[in-house]
Amino acid sequence: MSVLIFVENWDGKFKKLSFELVSYGAKVAEMLNTDAVALSVGQVEANELEKLGRYGAARILSAVNDNINVFDSQAFTSIIAGFAQQENAEVVLLSNNNTGKAIAPRLSVRLKAGLAAGVSKLPLSTNPFNVYKKVYSGNAFSNVIIKTDLKILTLAQNSYEVTETAGKSVVTQVTAEWNSATVKTRVTEVQKQTGKILLTDADVVVSGGRGMKSAENWGPIVELAELLGAATACSRPVSDEGWRPHEEHTGQTGKIIAPNLYFAIGISGATQHLAGVSSSKFIVAINTDKDAPIFSAAQYGIIGDAGKVLPKLVEAVRELKGK
Amino acid sequence: MKILVCISNVPDTTTKVKFIDDFKKLDITGIQWVINPWDELSLTRALELKDDTSNNIQSVTVAHVGLVGAEPTIRKALAIGADDAIRVNAEPADAWLVASQLANVLKGESYDLIFCGIESSDFNGSSVGGMLAELLNYPSVSSVSNVKLENGQAVITREIDGGKEIVTVPVPVVAIVQKGIAKEPRIAAMRGIMMARTKLLKVIEPVAVDSLTEVVNYEMPKPRAACKFVDPENPGQLVELLQNEAKII
Repeated sequence: MSVLIFVENWDGKFKKLSFELVSYGAKVAEMLNTDAVALSVGQVEANELEKLGRYGAARILSAVNDNINVFDSQAFTSIIAGFAQQENAEVVLLSNNNTGKAIAPRLSVRLKAGLAAGVSKLPLSTNPFNVYKKVYSGNAFSNVIIKTDLKILTLAQNSYEVTETAGKSVVTQVTAEWNSATVKTRVTEVQKQTGKILLTDADVVVSGGRGMKSAENWGPIVELAELLGAATACSRPVSDEGWRPHEEHTGQTGKIIAPNLYFAIGISGATQHLAGVSSSKFIVAINTDKDAPIFSAAQYGIIGDAGKVLPKLVEAVRELKGK
Repeated sequence: MKILVCISNVPDTTTKVKFIDDFKKLDITGIQWVINPWDELSLTRALELKDDTSNNIQSVTVAHVGLVGAEPTIRKALAIGADDAIRVNAEPADAWLVASQLANVLKGESYDLIFCGIESSDFNGSSVGGMLAELLNYPSVSSVSNVKLENGQAVITREIDGGKEIVTVPVPVVAIVQKGIAKEPRIAAMRGIMMARTKLLKVIEPVAVDSLTEVVNYEMPKPRAACKFVDPENPGQLVELLQNEAKII
C-alpha cells in the first residue's frame, strides 16, 4: 500500500505548492499507516528531488523519458496510472492546479477510483474515507465520502501548511512510458511571461476594482505590489473594460486564489468576486462605501477613496521596507 | 461537424445558499436556477463557431444529466441558440455518474467537439469533462480559453502557469473551458425564446451506474472576525497592524 503523490516540476524546479502537496500526502500516509511515495515526471536534478524527502516522502520516483515534449493529459494519465498500480496506491494525490485538474478526472476513470477535487483539510476519517472540500464556490463546504478502495484527491492550493520532517528518502530513477506516435496534443505556440510572480503562487496579492476609476490610475497598485513582492490582480469589470489583462481577473469565473494577504482596493466585493478570494488568510479592503460587502470579508479596512489613500499606503510600506 | 455542449443546472451565482435536514440538503426555496457560467460561455463559443460558415458546423446540441426540474434551464440554452437538447433523466449524484451517463449517450454518436465547463459553480469538482473524455477514450484539453477549427482539427489555447499555450488536437476532442473562451455569454432574443419551445428536447432514461462519492453533509464557512477600521489619513497604522498583529508582511 502507499499514497502516491504526483509532484509536478516547472523547468526542473519544485515550488511551495509541491511541498504543501508532499506534506499533506505524508500526513495522509501516516493516517493510513503506509508510506508516501512522490512521483516526479521529467528531468529534475537529484538535489531538487531530495527536497521532497524533507517534507515526508519516504521514496521518490523520478520518471524520465527524453521524448516527453508536451503536456498531454492522456499520456500523463497513463504514466501516473502505471505507477499507482505498481506502487499499489491506496490514495493518489495531485494539486488542484491546471495540471491536476486535467489529469485527476481521467485517472479516476482509468483506475475506477472516486475523486474528490480541491480538498482543503486532512481526511476527517480514513474508514470511511471522509474529506472536506469547498462547494458553492466557497459559500459552503462539504464532507464527502469516497466509496472506492482507491481514492484520488486534488489538494486546494495554499490550504495545507508545509511541514518539514527529519525523514530521509531514496530517489529511484525509473522510465516514464511515452509513445510519441500516439500522443495527440501538439504544441504550436507558447506565450509566457517571465519574471512575474504568478497570481496563483503569490503569498500577497494587490487587486484593484472599478473604484480605481481608470487604467491610468494603476501605478500605485503596481508599486505597492512591487514593494511587497506581490502579484497584481483585478475584479471582473476591470478586465472586461480592458483596463487590465484577463489573466488578472480573480473571482468565481476568473482565477480562484488563496494568498496569505489580499488587498481589495476599490472592489465592492460582490458574491462572485468573493468566491475567488474568500480562501485568503487575510483580506484588506479600501473602499469609499462603508456598507460595501467586502468589509464583511475583510479583517482590516479603510473607508476612503483609493486615489487618496493608496499613495499614503505606498509611502508607509516603502518606509517599512526601507526602500 | 457537430458540437456538443454539456450543461449543468446551478443556483444563480449570487445565491446565499442555505441547507436543511441537518445540513444534509440544499434548501432550494427561492433559488433561481441558471446554466453553469462556464457552460454558458462554452455554448456562446460553440454558437460563434457555428456562425462562421467556413467551419461547416451542422449543429450545436446541449446535453444535461438531471431531473425534469432542469428543463427551463435547458430551454434557455435552446433559446440562446442551441439546435436541440438531450436530457438524461437521472439525479446528478456525483461527477462519475454524470460523466458515465453522458458517455453512454455519446456512444455511437459522432460529435467532433465536446465542450464542458472547467467546473460547476455548485460542486466545484472540475471532474466531468476529463472523466467523459477518458470514458470515450478521446483526448481532452483543460483550462481552455479559446477554440478554433482549422483543417478539421481543433486549435486550442490553454492556460499554463504564467502564460498560454496553443495546441493542435485531432477531433473528436473534449475542450474543458475556463474564462476567456467568450467575452460575454450570449443572451436569448425574443425570437430565440419563441423558437426554443418547439426545438427537440430528447429525454433518455439513465443506465445503471453507482456514484463513487457521496456528500455526507454541508458546513457554512466560519464567520470572519469583524473588520478593524483604520483612519484613511493614516494608512501607516494599517502597515503596523499587518506587521505586528497579523504578522503577515
